[in-house]
Amino acid sequence: MKVSLKVNGAERSGDVEPRVLLVDFLRTNLRLTGTHIGCDTSSCGACTVLIDGEPVKSCTVLAVQATGRSISTVEGLAQGGNLSPVQVGFHEEHGLQCGFCTPGMMLVGTALLERNPNPSEDDIRWAISGNICRCTGYMNIVKAIKHAAAMRDASQAAPQESHAAAAAGGE
Amino acid sequence: MAQQTQMHGRIGESIKRKEDGRFLRGKGNYLDDMELPGMLHMAILRSPHAHARVKSVDTATASAMPGVIAVVTGELMAQHKLAWMPTLSYDTQAVLATDKVRFQGQEVAAVVAESLYQAEDARDAIVVDYDVLPAVTSPQQAKEEGAALIRDDKENQKDNHIYHWEAGDQDTTKAAFAKAEKVVRLHTFYPRCHPAPLETCGCIADVNGATGKATIYMTSQAPHAIRTVFALVTGLPEQNIRIISPDIGGGFGNKVPVYPGYVVATAASLLIGRPVKWVEDRTENLISTGYARDFHMTGDLALDKNGKMLALRVHLDSDNGAFFADAQPSKFKAGLFHIVTGSYDIPTAHITADGYYTNKAPGGVAYRCSFRVTEASYLIERLVTNAAIELGMDQVELRMKNFIQPEQFPYHSATGWVYDSGDYPRAMNVALEQLGYAELRKDVEARRKKGEVTGIGIASFTEVVGAGHGADFDILGLRMFDSAELRVHPTGKALLRMGTKSQGQGHETTFAQIVTEELGIPAADVAVEEGDTDTAPYGLGTYASRSTPVAGAATAMVARKLREKGRKIAAHLLEAAEEDLEWENGRFYVKGSPDKAKTIQEIAFAAYTNIPEGMEAGLEGVHYYDPPNMTYPFGTYAVVVDVDKGTGQVKVRRVVAVDDCGVRINPMIVEGQIHGGLTEGFGIAFMELITFDAEGNCIGSNFMDYLLPTAWETPRFELGETVTPSPHHPLGAKGVGESPTVGSPAAYVNAVMDALSPYGVTNIDMPVTSDKVWAALRAGGVTE
Repeated sequence: MKVSLKVNGAERSGDVEPRVLLVDFLRTNLRLTGTHIGCDTSSCGACTVLIDGEPVKSCTVLAVQATGRSISTVEGLAQGGNLSPVQVGFHEEHGLQCGFCTPGMMLVGTALLERNPNPSEDDIRWAISGNICRCTGYMNIVKAIKHAAAMRDASQAAPQESHAAAAAGGE
Repeated sequence: MAQQTQMHGRIGESIKRKEDGRFLRGKGNYLDDMELPGMLHMAILRSPHAHARVKSVDTATASAMPGVIAVVTGELMAQHKLAWMPTLSYDTQAVLATDKVRFQGQEVAAVVAESLYQAEDARDAIVVDYDVLPAVTSPQQAKEEGAALIRDDKENQKDNHIYHWEAGDQDTTKAAFAKAEKVVRLHTFYPRCHPAPLETCGCIADVNGATGKATIYMTSQAPHAIRTVFALVTGLPEQNIRIISPDIGGGFGNKVPVYPGYVVATAASLLIGRPVKWVEDRTENLISTGYARDFHMTGDLALDKNGKMLALRVHLDSDNGAFFADAQPSKFKAGLFHIVTGSYDIPTAHITADGYYTNKAPGGVAYRCSFRVTEASYLIERLVTNAAIELGMDQVELRMKNFIQPEQFPYHSATGWVYDSGDYPRAMNVALEQLGYAELRKDVEARRKKGEVTGIGIASFTEVVGAGHGADFDILGLRMFDSAELRVHPTGKALLRMGTKSQGQGHETTFAQIVTEELGIPAADVAVEEGDTDTAPYGLGTYASRSTPVAGAATAMVARKLREKGRKIAAHLLEAAEEDLEWENGRFYVKGSPDKAKTIQEIAFAAYTNIPEGMEAGLEGVHYYDPPNMTYPFGTYAVVVDVDKGTGQVKVRRVVAVDDCGVRINPMIVEGQIHGGLTEGFGIAFMELITFDAEGNCIGSNFMDYLLPTAWETPRFELGETVTPSPHHPLGAKGVGESPTVGSPAAYVNAVMDALSPYGVTNIDMPVTSDKVWAALRAGGVTE
């Protein structure tokens, strides 16, 4: 069956058996291997991608079901070589060790901040509770997402600050 | 200022990790991400039965299915003398079953096809006729008269007993018990659990028919040892075997052994002449690869009436599964369990252990643990808390009274260990202060008066990590040294290669920092490579918290070798005598004239362009480090829990963890490791369980049944530290990755036991689930 979908902003298509999982389509057909497979039972979240902005475990979706949808994977997080605030947060706060859960965690974090720009610790823990990390114990992942929230805040506040600075300079 | 920038990344600095970039971008190179030209996929057919005779394997339908290239059976493997392979504990293990299956999930046949979907379709079309036999699922059953004989393949094996092993002194222990005023007994089962790294195990075998070279990409924590084992198993010349461990998505011991899938994929690639990929799914990982623990332990602690410990006696029955495949040093049948006297000055001890075959998966690995240290630490720390409760003493006081004192180091333990350094009272005091123990104790009493169920658990663990010394510690005879090769290029940039293999521990950063410390080359300028046996120097790999103690030491030593060569070059460049030069901050300068200096970068350039007459060119070296002793990290963990009387649910209110792992190279990475270990310890204490029904069906065969902690359950951790350097490690470091998993389960369970002590409860085996706590409270008279 033909699958046509948007992945990280680009139109992609392929011809697959109806039973092919979205995660396999992304990894095998599109060679986007940043989306990982950890459990096959939608328990671990390593395969999390965003479908139209919502985190979804791509081992639980058939590729054909994603036709016409817009998919975001870890490969699409950095813009023009610049890491996204969530990626920066994970680096700065040591939010990753082996890195296997990291793409899924970062995509969940990205979706959370879109919906809730200033999440509490509990908000973050609840949001990532469908994703298992075996290395970090989650504390630094929570910090990483908070770090990203603060960065997004600062970048939105920055233009106003520079106005204020200009005004102050004018006086 | 410039000097400071240049020295960025010395020991003690929490620099950000050098390896992060590729993982953040989804560009990690894990095994399943790799695709070789012409690559085929392999799927393994596994036994649905725990114990059965294999009457026939019919592959006709499967062989004719679309995309199928080959179906591999035990019979085919036997023709190539590969139906069986040696284990890491001098036993044999079936690669593909020829006579019987001995555990649920055992490898029976394999299909190699153009795609994984096709391979799995055909695998499901293989028809196996089994004659089901009774299953043995515990050591207790294994030793019963008339129990089914599991290993009838072994000539002299008349029962299911594998080994008997002892440590310590039976006579002096017996005498001490005869005089004891108090004996406290704890019988506890440390259940089977599984390391469950998020990435499962797998390999891509690529045997080149033209050259005979076998390149095997493998999720291996110990690629060099695997290469040697492969050479011995397959008969291939070792120079024609190249093992490459790419990025590894967590290991925790699960990726140490050789698994049948690796051997079958390699044989298939050899026979077919194309690369063959095999990657486990999660169920295959949980039911067939290296489990952990499964120790039934009985400990007796003899004390005088004042609580002074006199002797320790332990017997354990080990459930080793169908093949004795524990990954452990060859001298020790129950790993390093005889560290069981822990942090206490116990004059004499006697340990006995018996191992048994059962119809369960083989491969007792150390799940974030140094060869069974976790079981030992759990037993002694649980026993000490129970002793305190029975004696009516505070559990802190009893520990303080019996700690090995700082002036007793190096301490010779009753079971033969020589502890290198420690200050146990200090770690305890730091933990108590951080916790506010005295106040909390009063608070616990006040809450109990109000009818609340709450308690504080303490564990003061001592670990033994960093194997060897090679004379005492070996894997299949391979001495447990490790290695580092350092090449400094003409421009002053460096390449460091080691015999270890990171699985997330941050080696690319930590080991670069050792070079920075010793040679003054900024960490950013040091590339660290591991895992390719064709390029890295031989080493025994990463497990048992041995990378920093052993390969870290090797790195320091090779850097020092190059520095001494650098001194000669600097003397030549500065026209000074070698003994007149001082080393500081990455440069040699002439004593008294700090401006007359040559930096390591200038020296490196000269090593290739302007060396003294007669000197060998270049600035490269290798060091194989065989540690003189193990290292002994320690710490005190304290946990506060609240128990819901109505449901039995345990809530962890606080976790204070004070670790002493000697000198910390990158504190950020060390703390990250501690967080992770405390979380895995939490999972083991409360959630993780691999168990079996009477027929030997594995319960816990997927992540819906085998429960791992998520961010929602996992407690917040409050860390503290003391630093007692190892006297024999060149940097004073001890290793830390496993301490929190070794130490914390007892702290969590002790907290529950403290909470339940008013109800007469003395033990609940892990995982401490709500139903067990609820039942214990009911048995203790709670009706609310």
